[in-house]
Amino acid sequence: MSKEALVKVRGVTQKYATGRKEFIAVRDVNLTVKDGEFVVLLGPSGCGKSTLLRIITGLQKPSEGRVLYRGQPVVGVNPHSTIVFQTFALFPWLTVQQNVEIALKAQEVPHAERTRRALELIDRVGLDGFETAYPRELSGGMRQKVGFARAMAVEPELLCLDEPFSALDVLSAQSLRSDLLELWVSGGIPTKAILMVTHNIEEAVFMSDRIVVMDKDPGRVVADVIVDLPHPRHYKSPKFAKIVDRVYATLAGQTQPEHIEVGTAPGVPGGRTRALPDITIDNLTGVLERLAEMPNDTADIFRLAEELRADSDYLLRLTEAAELLGFATLAQGDITLTPLGETFAEARILTRKEIFATRIRRLPLFQWLLRMLDAADNNQLERDVTLVALQLDFPSYIAKRQLDLIIEWGRYAKILEYDDSSEIIFREAAIPVESKA
Amino acid sequence: MSRLFRRLDIVWPLTRFATWADAVVLIAIAVLIFIGAELANEAPKVISGPRISLAPAALPFYAVLSVSRMAAAYLLSILFTLGYGYIAAKNRRAERVMMPLLDVLQSVPILSFLPVVLLGLSAVTSENVAAEIASIVLIFTSQVWNMTFGWYQSLTTVPKELQEANAIFRFNGWFRLKTLELPFAAISLIWNSMMSWAGGWFFLMAAEIFTVGDRDFRLPGLGSYLQTAANEGNFRAILWGVGMLVLVIIALDQLVWRPLLVWAERFKVEMVSGDVVPQSWFYDVLRNSALVAWFNKKVLRPAGESLDAWSLRRLPAVAVPAGGNHVSWVSAAILAAAISGLIYGTYRAAGMIAEVSPAEWAAIGVGLAATLARVILALLIALAWTIPLGAALGTNRKLANWLQPVVQITASIPATALFPVLLLFLIGLPNGLNLAAVLLMLMGTQWYLLFNVIAGASAIPQDLKHTSALLGLSKQERWRTLTLPSLFPYITTGAITASGGAWNASIVAEYAKFGGKTVFTVGIGSIIARSTAAGNFPLLLASTLSMILVVVVINRLFWRRLYRLAEDKYRME
Repeated sequence: MSKEALVKVRGVTQKYATGRKEFIAVRDVNLTVKDGEFVVLLGPSGCGKSTLLRIITGLQKPSEGRVLYRGQPVVGVNPHSTIVFQTFALFPWLTVQQNVEIALKAQEVPHAERTRRALELIDRVGLDGFETAYPRELSGGMRQKVGFARAMAVEPELLCLDEPFSALDVLSAQSLRSDLLELWVSGGIPTKAILMVTHNIEEAVFMSDRIVVMDKDPGRVVADVIVDLPHPRHYKSPKFAKIVDRVYATLAGQTQPEHIEVGTAPGVPGGRTRALPDITIDNLTGVLERLAEMPNDTADIFRLAEELRADSDYLLRLTEAAELLGFATLAQGDITLTPLGETFAEARILTRKEIFATRIRRLPLFQWLLRMLDAADNNQLERDVTLVALQLDFPSYIAKRQLDLIIEWGRYAKILEYDDSSEIIFREAAIPVESKA
Repeated sequence: MSRLFRRLDIVWPLTRFATWADAVVLIAIAVLIFIGAELANEAPKVISGPRISLAPAALPFYAVLSVSRMAAAYLLSILFTLGYGYIAAKNRRAERVMMPLLDVLQSVPILSFLPVVLLGLSAVTSENVAAEIASIVLIFTSQVWNMTFGWYQSLTTVPKELQEANAIFRFNGWFRLKTLELPFAAISLIWNSMMSWAGGWFFLMAAEIFTVGDRDFRLPGLGSYLQTAANEGNFRAILWGVGMLVLVIIALDQLVWRPLLVWAERFKVEMVSGDVVPQSWFYDVLRNSALVAWFNKKVLRPAGESLDAWSLRRLPAVAVPAGGNHVSWVSAAILAAAISGLIYGTYRAAGMIAEVSPAEWAAIGVGLAATLARVILALLIALAWTIPLGAALGTNRKLANWLQPVVQITASIPATALFPVLLLFLIGLPNGLNLAAVLLMLMGTQWYLLFNVIAGASAIPQDLKHTSALLGLSKQERWRTLTLPSLFPYITTGAITASGGAWNASIVAEYAKFGGKTVFTVGIGSIIARSTAAGNFPLLLASTLSMILVVVVINRLFWRRLYRLAEDKYRME
C-alpha cells in the first residue's frame, strides 16, 4: 500500500457573518488523508465536521486556506470524490436502478455500459430483485445501500460518508457497517481512501484507521487518534474499549479556564458568549440521579452512554451542562458528581429549582438578560428584541434555539416568565396579576 | 376525494410592508395604460363584431375555439412561470425585485388592461388578430401568478442534500431541471395549473364579449354564445351553452387533470407509502394501451435520450452555490433605458391623471367604498355557509362521497358564464344589479373557501376529536375549542384568495350590457368598466391605480397579518 497523500487540507477556515460578529464554523484546520486510509472526522454536533467534508469535496469554498488533491488545488467539485449522505439524498421519483444509473449518465457513460455497471453494483450491495422498486418502498437500510451503490458506481477515489448510518436503526446500521468494511478491506472497490463524518465514537473505532477528533466553539481539530486494531474488530474486546475510552476522554476533557468556560455576556467586545448546551432539564436530572447511585458518584462516560442507551453526542452535551452548572467534574473520560451535584440529585423538586436558579445566575448570559429586564419598562422584554441582541453573537438559527433554552432554563429555575401569545419575557416577580376576563 | 382535500398555499414573498419595488410596479402599470391609451387613439372608430350563431350545432366549434384560447394562454403561462420563477429563485439580486413585483401584479384588476391591450393592438394589426391576442393575454394574466409563486416556492425548498447530490455527481443544468427541480415541483405545478384553468374560464367569458364604445371585439366562442343567448332571452340556447361548458370542463378534468394527478403520485417526496391514492380510469386506459407504450418506447424515450446527450455536449456541470451576480454592461444599459423610459412615462401618465376632475376623484372614493362593502358582504355570506357545510363534508365521509361530485361540477361552472342568466332574472327587481353583483362575487369565490374548509376539517386529528367527545363537550364548546381553531388557517387562506377574486370580479359584476341596454351600479369596478366603454383613459388610469392601491394595502395590513397569526398559532403540523 503506497503512502501518497491523497488530500491535503491546509489552514482551512470557514466563517459566516452574523450581525456585527463573525461566526467561525471551522478554524485553521490542517489534515492529510493518505492513499489507503480510512479516516473518521469525529466530534459533537456543531463542530463543523460536515462543513469540512463539503469543503474537501469542493461543494463549498472555504473563507481561508486551501485543499489539495494529489497536489493540485481543488477548484469546484472534485470529480474524483463522491458523498454518501445522511438522509440518502435519493431521487424519490426514480427506481433503484435509475437512481444508480443517473449518476453514470451524467458522466456520459454509454447506455449498455451504465446498465451493466448499475446492475452489478445493485447485486454487490445485495439489492438484486429490487431494481425496479422506488425508494419509498424500501427500508432505511436498503435505501442507504442504494446510496452506496450510487456512490460506488462513479468509482470515486475518495469516498466521503456524511453520517451515513445515523438515520438507520441499530441493526441495519451495524450490518451495513460490516458490509462496507468487507468491501473496503477486501479491496473489492477501486476506492483509494474513505473519509467519514460521525459523532458516534464506537462507530469510529469500529471502522477507521485514524480518528481526527474535533471540538466546537470554534470548530477545530483537537486530537488525532490512530486505531491500529486488525479487522474484524469486536466491540467487547478490551483493546477496543480502551481506545473508545481514550476518545471519550479527549472529547469530554476539553475543559478550559473558568473565564472562557462560562464565557462573557453578549455584546462584550472581544468576548465570546458561551452557548447553553442543547439539552432538556429532565434528562440532566436523570443523569445526575443515576450518577448519585453509582459507587463514589463516579461513572465512565462511555459505560454511562451504553447503560442509558444515549447517543454519545447527546450524553456529552449533558455532561457539558452538568460541568457548566458545577454539578459534576470530568477527568479522563470519567464523570464525578460534585457535592453540590449530589445535593441536587437528592433534593426535592422545589429545592432543586432553587439550586438551579443560583447556578444559572452565575452565567454571564443570564446575568446579561436579567440586567436588561431590570432596566426595561415594567421589567419586561419582547422576545424579538432579545433575539436581535443574541443574533449579534450567534447565527440566527442558533440564536433562536439559545433563546428557547434560556426561556426553558429560566422558567424551570423560576427566575423568568414567558408569555407565548404576546411573546414577552418577564422577571418572575414582575408578572402582572391577571384579572379573570 | 383527494381533490377536495388539499389546502392551497399562499406565498408572501416579503415581510416588509412596502418596498421601493412596489412603487416601480405601480409606475410601470400607469405607464403601460398610458401607452395603450395613446395607441388607442389610432384604433379604428367602428368595429363590427362577428355574428354568433345560436344553433346547438355550432357549439362544438365554439368550444374548440374557447379551449384553444385557454390552451394558448396556459402555454404562455407555463413558459413565463418557468423562466420567471427560475431567475427569481437563482439570482438573489433579481429576487429582491421580482418577487414583490409579482405580489403587486397579482392584485392588478386584470380587466382594466383589456381595453388598453385591445385598442393598442388593433391600431397595429387587424382587429380579429388583436382581439384574439388580447383575449389570450387577458386569460394569461388570470392564470399565471399562482403558478409562478408555486414554482418559485418549490425551487427554493428543494432539500439541500438533494441539491448537493446533484452537484457531487456533476449534473448539468438540464439534468438538474429534469431529475430534480421539475419532479420536485410537479405536484404543486399541476394543482396550480388546475386552479389557473378555473380562473381562466372565469375571464375567458369576459374576454370574448368585449366592446369599447362602438367597437365590438366579440370573439366566437362559448362566452359570446352564452352572452348572445342571454341577450336574446333564448333559454334553450342558454341551456345548451351551459351544458356544453360543463361537458368541456368535466372532459378536461377526466382526460387531462385527473390522469396527470395520478401520474404525478410518483413525485411525492414523502418517503412513506399510504394516504388516499387518487384514481383515474383514463390513466389506467392509457397505461394499458399498446399504442401509448409504443409511442413511449419509439418516440418519447429516444427523444429524451438524444436531448440528454445533446445537453451533455453543450452544458457544463453546475456548482451548488448559484454563481456570481455580475451586472454586465448590456444589462446595465437595458436597466438605464428602462429607468429613463419609466421616468418619461411617469411624467406623461401624471399629466393624464391631472385631467381627472375632483368630481371624478370623489366618485372613485365612493366607488371604492361601495365595492369594498360588496366584497365584505360576499365574503361573509360565503363564510356563513361554507364553514358549516365544509366542516360536515370534511368529517363525514359518507356525506362527502355523496355530495362531492355535485359540488365539483357546480364549482367548475365559471360564474361569468351564468351572469347573463342571473341578470335575466334579477334585473327586474329593485336594486337588481346590486344584488347580481354580490351574487357574482360570491359565485366566483365561495369555492376556494369551501375547498379549504373541507381540507381543514378532514385534517383535524382523530385524537382531538375523541378527546373532546370523551370530555363530553357540548356541540357549541366543541366548535369553539376544536373545530374553529383548527379550521382557522384554512379559512384564512381561502378568504385571502376569495377576497382577491371578488375585487377582480367587480369589473364584470357592476356593469353590464344587457338586452341592448347598459346597466350599472355604484362601484370601482363599474367606474373602470364605464371609463373603458367610453374611452375615458384618464379616468381608467386613475380608477385602476386606486383599486390596486386599496387591494395591496388591504392585503398587507389585514390579510398578511391574519395569515401570519394563523400560521404561528393555529397550525397543526
